Amino acid sequence: MGIFSPGFTGRRHESKEELPPGQYLERGFPVLSAGPTPRIDKRDWELTLVTERGERRSWNWQQMLDLGPEEIATDIHCVTAWSKLGTSWRGVPLDRFLDGVETEAQYLFAGSYGGYTTNMPLGELKGRAWVAFEYDGADLDPEHGGPARLLVPHLYFWKSAKWVNSLRLLTADEPGFWERNGYNMHGDPWREERYW
Amino acid sequence: MRVRWVPALLVDAHAQTPASRTLVFVAPDLESPLAGQHVDVRLTAEDGYTAQRAYSLGSPAGADRIELTVDRMPDGEVSPYLVDMLQVGNLIEVRGPIGQFFVWRPEQTEPVQLIAGGSGIVPLMSMIRTREAVGGTAPMRLLYSVRTPEGRLYADELDALATAGRLEVQYVYTREAPADWEREAGRLTPELLAELTLAPDQDPAVYVCGPTPFVEAVADGLVQAGHRVASIRTERFGPSG
Ligand SMILES: Cc1cc2nc3c(=O)[nH]c(=O)nc-3n(C[C@H](O)[C@H](O)[C@H](O)COP(=O)(O)OP(=O)(O)OC[C@H]3O[C@@H](n4cnc5c(N)ncnc54)[C@H](O)[C@@H]3O)c2cc1C
Repeated sequence: MGIFSPGFTGRRHESKEELPPGQYLERGFPVLSAGPTPRIDKRDWELTLVTERGERRSWNWQQMLDLGPEEIATDIHCVTAWSKLGTSWRGVPLDRFLDGVETEAQYLFAGSYGGYTTNMPLGELKGRAWVAFEYDGADLDPEHGGPARLLVPHLYFWKSAKWVNSLRLLTADEPGFWERNGYNMHGDPWREERYW
Repeated sequence: MRVRWVPALLVDAHAQTPASRTLVFVAPDLESPLAGQHVDVRLTAEDGYTAQRAYSLGSPAGADRIELTVDRMPDGEVSPYLVDMLQVGNLIEVRGPIGQFFVWRPEQTEPVQLIAGGSGIVPLMSMIRTREAVGGTAPMRLLYSVRTPEGRLYADELDALATAGRLEVQYVYTREAPADWEREAGRLTPELLAELTLAPDQDPAVYVCGPTPFVEAVADGLVQAGHRVASIRTERFGPSG
């Protein structure tokens, strides 16, 4: 380091142990998306899982709810350097969608209404990823990914694909949207894996 | 990680408006930027405490001096320091340039519609300047929403480009319009948006940048007006204006 900013003191009390390196605490809920916000009615919503052998399973909104949602309390970390601590969500664990699925896949490639995609290692998602549809006790706003988004809070938030509608299981890693546009294949905030 | 923090020396600075300042840095270790990219800025206090924020580059692609224009957010942690305290001759750290999607490349030949809210003009200015630097002929239009006439960033440069016939510029004033203005001050409505921008049948590349609520409203309006979703690129600066 060695470069100091003379006279800069900062908002000390906001520097917290729980924050990954380079992150600051945000009270609001900023939005990061590359294009317009898709508006999807729950009645039209569908999520499709495709395995590496091309087997498919689909869920409509009710079938997704029938898998058994749970409450999630978690910190979230955006690559643009804000973090929110103790956010509360409701969603269905990813494991429930994978129940009984035969797969050798090592990667998950999530796709969204509007064409967004993102990739992540499947092995680290057990018990750590959800399809979330409520935030802070209310339906998830479209600009935050409603009606449903992926929630993968241990990775930077661009991995938590908004407006998710497909889950592809892959044997080889493939870059998603931001991953092709300068961002890291993995995206662990604690290791500051922000960019290429 | 490939992108590293590198030093940037403030070599020039001037007020753009009472609430904003343009800062010119020399950062020899920074890779050459594309038009529309941003950098992360990191400030470090004497005891090692750091804070970082994203700022778009206003300078044209490939420029060896990078330029930021920062709006002072009341009680903000980083922006008041950059606007009021940082002195010419001081160093900060920057990382980037970042983003390969919200960029305009001189090879693009399709018409371009730029839409800015407030300081969202900064990366669009980089696109305008890049097109000027290469003498680009792709038609380019700017719709710029600002609170007041005095709040316009890059006002002289935009006026000169408009006068020279290089750029079509439309303004929407949300708080206070000039005395002789054709419209009352007020928010950009979907009707006004459709009236003041290139029509969907020209299939322009559209770049929208500004505070999140502005970008949300404009992007929705564009989709409703019939623009292709894939032709609309957005950059959201944050929750507030
Ligand atoms: C890709 C990108 C590009 C950007 N480019 C530009 C640019 O070109 N120019 C530009 O000016 N900005 C730009 N921004 C915005 C910039 O990154 C900062 O968000 C902005 O400068 C505010 O930072 P700050 O540290 O001053 O304010 P912060 O400390 O982050 O605070 C922001 C606002 O929230 C309020 N606030 C903060 N903490 C609290 C709290 N605890 N309680 C209540 N209120 C609070 C503050 O009063 C302030 O008004 C860009 C953002 C992104 C993501």
